[in-house]
Amino acid sequence: MNIVVLVKQVPDSGSERKLDPADNTVARASADNVINEMDEYAIEEALLVRDREGGEVTVLTVGPDSATDAIRKALSMGADKAVHVSDPAIHGSCAVQTSAVIAAALSQLEYDLVLCGAEATDAQLSVMPALLAERLGIPQLSGARKLTVEGGTAKVERQTDGGYWALEAPLPAIVSTWDTINEPRYPSFKGIMAAKKKPVETKTLADLGIDPSTVGLASATSQVLDFAGRPPKGEGVKVPDEGDGAQKLVEYLASQKIV
Amino acid sequence: MAEVLVLAELNPAGDGVRKTTLEALTAARALGEPSAVVLGAPGTAASVRNQLAEYGAATVYVAEAPEVDEYLVAPKAEVLAQLVQEKSPAAVVIPSSPEGKEIAGRLAIKTNSGFLTDVTEIAADGTATQVAFAGATIVHSKVTTGTPIYTLRGNSVTPEPAPAAGTEQPVAVSLSDQAKQVRVVERVVEQKSTRPELTEAAIVVSGGRGVASAENFSIIEALADSLGAAVGASRAAVDSGFYPHTFQVGQTGKTVSPQLYIAVGISGAIQHRAGMQTSKTIVAINKDPEAPIFELADFGVVGDLNTVVPAATEQITARKG
Ligand SMILES: Cc1cc2nc3c(=O)[nH]c(=O)nc-3n(C[C@H](O)[C@H](O)[C@@H](O)COP(=O)(O)OP(=O)(O)OC[C@H]3O[C@@H](n4cnc5c(N)ncnc54)[C@H](O)[C@@H]3O)c2cc1C
Ligand SMILES: Cc1cc2nc3c(=O)[nH]c(=O)nc-3n(C[C@H](O)[C@H](O)[C@H](O)COP(=O)(O)OP(=O)(O)OC[C@H]3O[C@@H](n4cnc5c(N)ncnc54)[C@H](O)[C@@H]3O)c2cc1C
Repeated sequence: MNIVVLVKQVPDSGSERKLDPADNTVARASADNVINEMDEYAIEEALLVRDREGGEVTVLTVGPDSATDAIRKALSMGADKAVHVSDPAIHGSCAVQTSAVIAAALSQLEYDLVLCGAEATDAQLSVMPALLAERLGIPQLSGARKLTVEGGTAKVERQTDGGYWALEAPLPAIVSTWDTINEPRYPSFKGIMAAKKKPVETKTLADLGIDPSTVGLASATSQVLDFAGRPPKGEGVKVPDEGDGAQKLVEYLASQKIV
Repeated sequence: MAEVLVLAELNPAGDGVRKTTLEALTAARALGEPSAVVLGAPGTAASVRNQLAEYGAATVYVAEAPEVDEYLVAPKAEVLAQLVQEKSPAAVVIPSSPEGKEIAGRLAIKTNSGFLTDVTEIAADGTATQVAFAGATIVHSKVTTGTPIYTLRGNSVTPEPAPAAGTEQPVAVSLSDQAKQVRVVERVVEQKSTRPELTEAAIVVSGGRGVASAENFSIIEALADSLGAAVGASRAAVDSGFYPHTFQVGQTGKTVSPQLYIAVGISGAIQHRAGMQTSKTIVAINKDPEAPIFELADFGVVGDLNTVVPAATEQITARKG
C-alpha cells in the first residue's frame, strides 16, 4: 500500500498571525511556523494503515523552503520519505491553483491512498480533498473520524452534526481526517535521528511541467483586496460576584432585551 | 436583472430548508435576482418551494434523482456545473457547511472559476468579507476568474422575506461515473437534541474545563434551556469527556455567530475564540479575573460558576413566570 500524506506548514494557530501589507498574503516568513496541527492526525492514520497493510508513507508538501521543518516532523513521526515542491512562483496562489500544483505532484507518485488533515488552520477552507478528487478523478472521502482499508476498498465514517455518514469507495482515494480519528504519536528520539537520513526530494514547477504564469498571485482566481484588524470591542463590564452576580447578569440580559 | 444561483441546503429531518439557505437567498439579492436550486431524491422540492419563493427565489430549479443523495458531494457539483453552463449566472451562493464548501470547490474546478469560503457579507460589486485568524482580521476579497462562487457563513446575514414567483423548473439529472464513486451507505444520527442546532441558534451557552465533570454539565444545559439556547463546549471539556465532540466550539469544532454567547468556565484560548468571536454579544462567567475571555466579553461575572449559573437560571425562569 503506497500512501501519500499532504502536509502544510502554517503559522502557529496559538500565536499572533498577520497578513503582509505588501501583497495581502499570509506573513509566513515572520511567523512562528509549525506543521498544520490537523495534519498530524493524517500522518498518524497513514502510519497505522501502513503498519497493518505494509507499504510506504510519502509526505508531500507544497510550501516555501522553510516548510522543511514540517516535513522533518512528519518524517520523525515515522513517514518514510518526502517530496517538497518549492518554487517562488507559487507564492500567492489561491486554493484552485495550489490544488493544481498538488495534483501534478501526486501524478508523479504512485499511490493507493492520499491522506490529509480536514483543514489547514491558516485559511481554514477545508476544500483540498474535494479539489484534488475533482482534478484527479478519484473518490473523495472527506471528514473522516474513522478509516478502514480492506481489499481495495476504503470505508470512512464522515463526521456530521450529531453523528456520521458511512462512506465507501474503491482505491485509489483521498481521505481527510478530523482530530477525532486518533491520537498522534510524539516523535521518539530514535525517530528524530532517523528522520535526518530519510530522503527528501525537492521539485520545482518545471519538474512538474507547470507553466509558472498559471500559478501565483498575479493569476490567482481570487484576491485579497484589503484587510484590517477587527474593530476592538468597546470596553465590557466586569463585575465581581458578591452574592449578586447572577442578578446583575440577568439584569444585563434584560437590558439587552434577551430575557 | 442578472440571475444568481443559490443552492438550497435542506434540513436533514426533511422538514424544510435550513436557515442558512434563507440567509443565502437574502445575501444573493445584493448581486441580482436569486434562483434556488434544489438537489435531492425525488419529492424533495415539493415541501420547500413555498419557503424558497417567500425568500426571493424567482425560479426554483429542481434536480431530483435518487443518485443525488446516494453518492457524496460530486453529484451535486456536477448538476450545479451543468446549470452554471446553461444559465451563465452572475454568481453562485452556497450555504457554508462542510458539504457546501466541497461543492463550491468542485464547482470552481469544473467551471474554471474562483471561490471564496465562509464569507460573512457580499457587496453589490461582488466584494466579499471574510474573517481570518480566529476572528482577529477582517479581509475583503474578490473572485477574479470565471463565475464567482461564494459559501456564506451561517448567522452572518439576517434572512428577510421578499416574495417572488418561485416557478419550478425541472432539471434533468444524468451523472457521470466519476460522480458516483463514493457511496453513502448509511446516515447515522447518534445525538438527537431537542435544543436548537448549534450553528443556527440565536443563543449559545458553552461550558469549559471549569465545569469540572460530565454530570455538572447539567447546570449548563439548564441555563441553556431557560434561554431556549443551544449548548456548546470547549475542546478541554470535550477532551475531558464532559460533553460530546459534536458540540465543540472553536477552530476544530463549530463556528457559531449567535446574538448571545455565554462562556462558562472557559479561559478564552485563541482556538476557542476562532469559533465564537463574531458573536454579537458575549457574556463570560469565570472565577479568574485575568482570564482572556473577559477581553472579549461585553459583560463578565468574576465568580464561581457553580453558584452563579444555577442562580441565573432560577431568576431567568422566574422572570418568564
Ligand atoms: C484570509 C484569507 C482567505 C482566503 N480565502 C480564500 C478562498 O476562500 N478561496 C481561495 O481560493 N483562496 C483564498 N485565499 C487565497 C487568496 O485568494 C490569495 O490568492 C492569496 O492571498 C494567497 O494566499 P496566501 O496568503 O496563503 O499565499 P501564500 O502564503 O503565498 O500561500 C499560498 C500557497 O502557496 C504555498 N507557497 C507559498 N510560497 C511558496 C513557495 N516558495 N514554494 C512553494 N509553495 C509556496 C503555501 O504553502 C500555500 O499553500 C485566502 C487568503 C487569505 C489570506
Ligand atoms: C490545533 C488546535 C485546535 C484547537 N481547537 C479548539 C477548539 O476547536 N475549541 C476549543 O475550545 N479549544 C481548542 N483548542 C484548545 C485550546 O487551545 C484550549 O486548550 C481550550 O480552549 C481550553 O478550554 P477551556 O477554556 O475549557 O479550559 P481552560 O483553559 O483550562 O480554562 C478553564 C477555565 O475555567 C475557569 N474555571 C475553573 N473552575 C471554575 C469555576 N468553578 N467557576 C468559574 N470558572 C472556573 C478557569 O479560571 C479557566 O479560565 C485547540 C488547540 C489546538 C492546538
